[in-house]
Amino acid sequence: MRDVAIIGIGQTKVGEHWEKDLRHLSLEALQAAMRDAGVEHVDALYVGNMLSGELTGQEHIGALVADFAGLRGVEAVKVEAACGSGAAALRLGYVAVAGGLADIVLVVGVEKMTDATGPEATAALAMAADADHEVAHGLTFVALNALLMRRYMYEYGYQKEDFAPFTINAHANGMNNPYAMFHMKVTPEAYARARMIADPINLLDSSPVADGAAAVVLAPADWVRGSGKPVIRIAASAVATDTVAIHDRRDPLVLEAAALSAWRAYQQADIGPEEVDLFELHDAFSIMAALSLEAAGFARRGEGVRLALDGEITPQGRIPVATMGGLKARGHPVGATGVYQVVEVVQQLRGEAGANQVPDARVGMAQNIGGSGATVITHILIRDS
Amino acid sequence: MSLPSKNWRLRNQRYRLVGEICEKCGAPIFPPRDVCPECEAPAQTPYVFSGRGEVYSYSTVYHPPAGFEKYVPYTVALVRLEEGPMLTAQLTDVGPEEVHIGMPVEMVTRQMQTDGDEGVIAYGYKFRPRMG
Repeated sequence: MRDVAIIGIGQTKVGEHWEKDLRHLSLEALQAAMRDAGVEHVDALYVGNMLSGELTGQEHIGALVADFAGLRGVEAVKVEAACGSGAAALRLGYVAVAGGLADIVLVVGVEKMTDATGPEATAALAMAADADHEVAHGLTFVALNALLMRRYMYEYGYQKEDFAPFTINAHANGMNNPYAMFHMKVTPEAYARARMIADPINLLDSSPVADGAAAVVLAPADWVRGSGKPVIRIAASAVATDTVAIHDRRDPLVLEAAALSAWRAYQQADIGPEEVDLFELHDAFSIMAALSLEAAGFARRGEGVRLALDGEITPQGRIPVATMGGLKARGHPVGATGVYQVVEVVQQLRGEAGANQVPDARVGMAQNIGGSGATVITHILIRDS
Repeated sequence: MSLPSKNWRLRNQRYRLVGEICEKCGAPIFPPRDVCPECEAPAQTPYVFSGRGEVYSYSTVYHPPAGFEKYVPYTVALVRLEEGPMLTAQLTDVGPEEVHIGMPVEMVTRQMQTDGDEGVIAYGYKFRPRMG
């Protein structure tokens, strides 16, 4: 196996892009990444996307994006793993370069969600859950997370407002990210007043429906060593799965796949959680942030919320999360999110995170979750000096 | 989306809570999945659940997916069946403010979704507070 480096990153602003469709969003992100990498050709293109067919009527977007980007002829496929599609595409790119089957690989995550109405998008997102045994009963994605949050509060004795620090931190960080969808400070009062979506989850616990695309360029690390620039190496890439339906899990409050994926990643990178300088976690809902912190070993069971209450998830804390706004403030264009997370980790490790820079960041982790925890993909990036 | 063929295929589990039991380790299984989640042995022996259980968690949906608009607000729950497995279902015959974790519930057959005025009506399990 070869060491793999991320040699270029690109992203579009997340938001409601009425004037752009899937291909324009993809092009903007991938051109930025290729410019950043200084490459004009790639050996393969992996496009992470969940809902192009359902929300825009367009499937087959591997070939579509390749053609639109002037890469006709290149190997290109779409990769789908629900909200984990972006990191799943990166995983395939990593496998190709590490295994020596390709040298320069382009990975794009893209989602175009605002062509659909709210109920259409809600129904489409629910396709990540069990159609026959969850969705058929009227469950939305928010409702599934609400079931987890209610039980979490019941078992560990938290109040609803105890979850506010996840939202407040994400939005404070999003303020300084020009690519974030929202630039608004959230106060505890605003959190307490936010409209209920599926009790106890309110609007500010939830990530927004959005359009966006992000891209990275991968290459053998040896190719870029000695160039004088810091080498951002993919030190770990690990996928794990769990039951799609929450009710089938041994313990719904334990994200087993998140734990498996994180610990496989720690093993590959030969580090422990205490060496991770920042964690781009999948905070699609506040409860997911808490459960992810616990699964990845940053907090004991039931103490993920405590970690946030203690201020340990801010850029100055023990384990900064959502450092560029996370899914809540940067936005959650579902199939693109996993690539955004990795782009942001690269920004941090390069020292290009501006006001949100985590001091001396050398080890960054990104964890992308498909569904309510059925597919979990963890990447650890390390800056080699 | 309520597909007639799917409703027909799921009729035993939807109408009568027919799951499976593992012949090897004795684990009752719902929803049916043909491979025992406990011991991974093949498990295709039908097993009818009592329909009694208790609320493990619940939520009220105010923003429904397409197709459920006319039912809003409705309460959904994870129900732990007395035989062990958990399932996801709507609660019925109870207001959201009356529901609590641990509440004893029982299965009833109700309309789950309709497909316009002339389409197929899908029936299936919901749970209501247990009587007696």
